[in-house]
Amino acid sequence: MTSRQKRKLTEFLFLLPTLIAFLMVIIIPFIFGIYYSFTDWQGTGAVNRVVGFENYKAIFQEPGFLHSFLVTLLFTVLNIITVNVVAFLISLLVTSEIRGRNIYRAGFFVPNLIGGIVLGLVWQFIFSNILPSVGQSLGLPTLSKSLISNKDTVMITLVTVNTWQYAGYIMLIYVASIQGISKSVMEAAEVDGARYWTRVRKIQIPLMANAFTISLFLTLTNSFKMYDVNVALTNGGPVSIFMMKPVQASELLALNIYNTAFKYNNMAQGQAKAVIFFIVLTIFSVIQVTWNKSKEVEA
Amino acid sequence: MAKQAAAPIERMAGYKPHNGRRIALEIVTLILFILFMMPFVIVVFNSMRTNQDIINAPVGVPTDIAQIGRNIAEIWNNPNFNFLSALRDSVIITVISLAVISIFSSMAAWVLVRNKTRWSNLLFMSYVAAMVIPFQVVMFPLLTWFKSVGDFLGIPMLRSYQGIIFAYLGFGEAMSIFIFHGFIKGVPLELEEAADIDGCSRAGTFFRIVLPLLQPVFVTVLVLNGLWIWNDYLLPLLVLGASGNIRTIPLAVQGFNGAYVKQWHLIMTSTLLAMLPIVILYLFAQKYIVQGMVDGSIK
Repeated sequence: MTSRQKRKLTEFLFLLPTLIAFLMVIIIPFIFGIYYSFTDWQGTGAVNRVVGFENYKAIFQEPGFLHSFLVTLLFTVLNIITVNVVAFLISLLVTSEIRGRNIYRAGFFVPNLIGGIVLGLVWQFIFSNILPSVGQSLGLPTLSKSLISNKDTVMITLVTVNTWQYAGYIMLIYVASIQGISKSVMEAAEVDGARYWTRVRKIQIPLMANAFTISLFLTLTNSFKMYDVNVALTNGGPVSIFMMKPVQASELLALNIYNTAFKYNNMAQGQAKAVIFFIVLTIFSVIQVTWNKSKEVEA
Repeated sequence: MAKQAAAPIERMAGYKPHNGRRIALEIVTLILFILFMMPFVIVVFNSMRTNQDIINAPVGVPTDIAQIGRNIAEIWNNPNFNFLSALRDSVIITVISLAVISIFSSMAAWVLVRNKTRWSNLLFMSYVAAMVIPFQVVMFPLLTWFKSVGDFLGIPMLRSYQGIIFAYLGFGEAMSIFIFHGFIKGVPLELEEAADIDGCSRAGTFFRIVLPLLQPVFVTVLVLNGLWIWNDYLLPLLVLGASGNIRTIPLAVQGFNGAYVKQWHLIMTSTLLAMLPIVILYLFAQKYIVQGMVDGSIK
């Protein structure tokens, strides 16, 4: 074996482990997944027949899925706004010259360390025991009952928990970005008499365009894929009425996909929903990043 | 002298309030921080109370701190929770997955950077493109496929350590290769060429020369993947099963919650135990975790 061949062999062996895992875990299941969504697949390796677009037709006539789709969109939009607004405001606070700002930065991030299942349980306790008790003693009727068991307020609980969990992480990204802004720019504006909020709006925010692209992308994908807090906090409930059919008020898409396959034993339709989920998420991400990038160029 | 004084003093670009304003900001931040930490206080307090205490007064402070010992003793060996065995499984799975992901991904990224062929570009682009594939679209076929592969090889891929670690390699490697790739591009070639001339083998060049230089980016890859794997719920639920022999902490917490619907003192204690390992780690490695999260998001 020449040294050149030896070198090529080593490099091939270096690529091999990740390549095998990539094919076995992502590519092959992905291709099977697309195929299964056009069949009457039942979860085993065998497929009885190809049914064309039947699964897709069925899921788009299913109130539960359509409702889940709308609720996920609602959740995603609300969550992107609240997470980023809260994170941005906190990032302004912890980059101002207050005492203990480093402790605050580290502290606000702590909820992000803990998994959605554990956090979901903690907040279930807060919403079903702590808040009603506080509401009763303060005489607030809306708070006196659990916000989770009310179909009109259940989404608020999901947004609250996710904002609490995720804002600290997005805050770190904004803090890093603010620290990257040249001090002299801000000081020059201050000398010129620009008030604080004018400086934030006209200088800081445009200079942070890149951080906004990243943060919006992260919150968009994170919200759209939300699963574990959903399971542990509300598990989809309570029941609501949509298109004159009972549906699960807070069942987001990821949970709806899982339940279709394992609760209602309809693997092929669950897979078809997953394919739609993938397509929609990809389109949203591309639109968001393109839109943000165009803003970055303007800035 | 005058010139020196006029030079801009390096300071943060953040808000520099005057004294009165600063104290107001400090109070706002402190209140916000207390609100953010409230759920943790609630968990700790209610882990120190009996279920009767909690039912009588959901909002209350513990009267007998030693109750936490009795609560822990009650769930410690509970077959539905089994904290020690869940902790062990979580550690085994997270540590081995991290080792496998970081070593194999850095090896692959290095070969991809140093070989500017059409194939290496194509492979790198496939990894990047695959990052948009959400877990949901591959999860059902993955189970069927893992079962067939396991049957074929005679090595179980479901309900086994090797199966879930292999799955984590597949799901974690694309982003890791991407991060390593970006870093290795900036590593000068001269060192490697010198090693080459000295007769160092290709593998030797990587492990002795390149790998030690990758230390900062290893932090990023380990933190990003570590937090995700440690807290992940859906992949272990599918690959290991809710009632399998191997159970990670999120699976154990959710299983326990399902078995004890209204035993809030035990549920709070279980979430406290589940939070402790990662929070303790954060106390020691806070700097690295924060840096890893920020670097990982920006890349």
